[in-house]
Amino acid sequence: MKNLYKLISILIIVITSNSQTFAAEKVEYIKTDWSFKGLFGKFDRASLQRGYQVYTEVCASCHSMKYLSYRNLAEKGGPEFSEAQAKAIAASFEVNDGPNSDGEMFTRPGKLSDKFVMPYENVKAAQAANGGAYPPDMSVLVKARGGGVDYIYSLLQGYEEPPSNISLDDGVYYNKYMYGNKIRMSAPLSDGLVEYGDGTNATVEQMSKDVTTFLMWSAEPHLEARHQMGFKAIVYLIILTVLVYFSMKKIWSRVESEV
Amino acid sequence: MSDHDYRPKSKVGQWFNDRLPLLTLANHLTDYPTPKNLNYWWTFGGILTFCLITQIVTGLTLAMHYIAHADMAFESVEHIMRDVNYGWLIRYIHANGASMFFLAVYIHIFRSLFYGSYKSPREIIWILGIIIYLLMMAAAFMGYVLPWGQMSFWGATVITNLFSAIPLVGEGIVTWLWGGYSVDNPTLTRFFTLHYLIPFLILGLVVLHIWALHVPGNNNPVGIDIKKPSKDTVPFHPYIVIKDGFALLMFMIVFAFFVFYAPNILGHADNYIEANPMVTPAHIVPEWYLLPFYAILRSVPDKLLGVVAMLSAILILAVLPWLDTSKIRSAVFRPLYKQFYWILVADVLILGYVGAMPAEGLYLLIARVATAYYFLHFLVILPVLGFKEKTLPIPLSITEPVLGGSPNLAVARNKESKIE
Repeated sequence: MKNLYKLISILIIVITSNSQTFAAEKVEYIKTDWSFKGLFGKFDRASLQRGYQVYTEVCASCHSMKYLSYRNLAEKGGPEFSEAQAKAIAASFEVNDGPNSDGEMFTRPGKLSDKFVMPYENVKAAQAANGGAYPPDMSVLVKARGGGVDYIYSLLQGYEEPPSNISLDDGVYYNKYMYGNKIRMSAPLSDGLVEYGDGTNATVEQMSKDVTTFLMWSAEPHLEARHQMGFKAIVYLIILTVLVYFSMKKIWSRVESEV
Repeated sequence: MSDHDYRPKSKVGQWFNDRLPLLTLANHLTDYPTPKNLNYWWTFGGILTFCLITQIVTGLTLAMHYIAHADMAFESVEHIMRDVNYGWLIRYIHANGASMFFLAVYIHIFRSLFYGSYKSPREIIWILGIIIYLLMMAAAFMGYVLPWGQMSFWGATVITNLFSAIPLVGEGIVTWLWGGYSVDNPTLTRFFTLHYLIPFLILGLVVLHIWALHVPGNNNPVGIDIKKPSKDTVPFHPYIVIKDGFALLMFMIVFAFFVFYAPNILGHADNYIEANPMVTPAHIVPEWYLLPFYAILRSVPDKLLGVVAMLSAILILAVLPWLDTSKIRSAVFRPLYKQFYWILVADVLILGYVGAMPAEGLYLLIARVATAYYFLHFLVILPVLGFKEKTLPIPLSITEPVLGGSPNLAVARNKESKIE
């Protein structure tokens, strides 16, 4: 029995340490407390709403979020804007629709069921507008990067003057957390770039944290439901395991053998 | 299954059973005499059955929402994660379920290696198991391709390209596998079809695997033949059922931890980037459970020989019953084999580790040494050990060690003569 635990824990350690080593080029990311980590982790609602503001006012001019719909903004476990607010947000975007009965395409104000409007028509247009670099879609971005939220959070604050031995081409910037240190995105945030409705001071650090929280939610919209269900499931399993253990002891007491 | 006569009590039961003996089968399964000294390493057969059924049920549900098309697969997976009711749960169970399946199968295989369960008269059970394991790898590999992320696409490209190492017809075979001149939509649709098919093949083989097991009965930690039924056995139900159930629940707690709290830790971040044939990831790595074989593949400088080495590493297991020349099954009574066994375990873990690392410098050297040792273990050490090793005396029955008697042949014989 003890050996079993030992082997399983060894295997888990080996497996997990393996997958972490892929983040290879080790730079220490800037650490911060994420409210959504841990057994009962939940999103900070206000931070999600501020994060959406940063996304829509700053990031959205280049980065799409094609798997999200405006209705998601009002759903449970997300930023939880009221339905009226989400409708107003959707209506502030022009959506291409059609063809209508005359066979014409037309634009109309967005509805809750619409996907987030994309800044560019397609990948080629995005590249053309950004010197050949494609600003990646942000829907699942934090899950698509080895360091996850810590990486994104650090990257946003990682812009520096390049060391003297590195020369940068036009339109390339130095970021100490970027793979290879060269990034085609200029520093997107600066103090006071957005004006938060709730009066929070919009420092680069604060905006980075808010927008990263928002990106975590956009990548894992059901994270809160998952944590809640996980806790219940595991508690249930533990209780059942204990009960089955004693039943097993009772049944096996009929034969002279140890379990 | 003629080891006991069984007649249902009710008239209807008798009528039915005379025409289709399902009740006899059920009776056989519940009464099946099982050695009473089986330890927890023996519970993984039941756990694996649970894994297979979980994968099939969640897989069927996912297939109702997934779209096997190069332009839509990635999006349909996001649709499952976001909009399908509990889609995130089903997908995370399926994705982590594959890892759990392999974790369990590796424990199951290494249990067999330790206690010599592959030896006569259980060779067919063992070979069926190896075929199941091969099919599992095929199913897992193709399943990993379906989300059509970067690692899906490039993993599929690397693995299918292995066939190009075959002389003369290699290139033709690769084109045939792809259904075109690169990994593309035809590749995805056929992988989906096969990924759907293989679990049912596995299910059929599992039935044969259990059937073949029920002929000689279970091996046991002492590794000796036992009389069935006897004082050394207990009926499968309720004794083994409750014990397997307990072990399964422990396993499910680990499983649930991954699903609910670390659902992406076993996957690669790049697979959340949609497949792009124009951009190659920095490191192309398979899922963790294929890493040891990936390390063997890369440790051979020649492509064809590398593929041969990788395949041999798996197929060599099929002839293991004849490579191991020792008549003693359990490593408990084989002091030397026991040490080599643990060295092999370490060797495979090392191979897994270097398989995840770039194939260069020290990593490559370690991979080569570990690969050489892997084959040395099966081709040299095991055959020689059978002749050279001085094994410990084995008990006559499993009640001996259980009751605390010394596992000594002479003592056991004395006792027997006293009884007479």
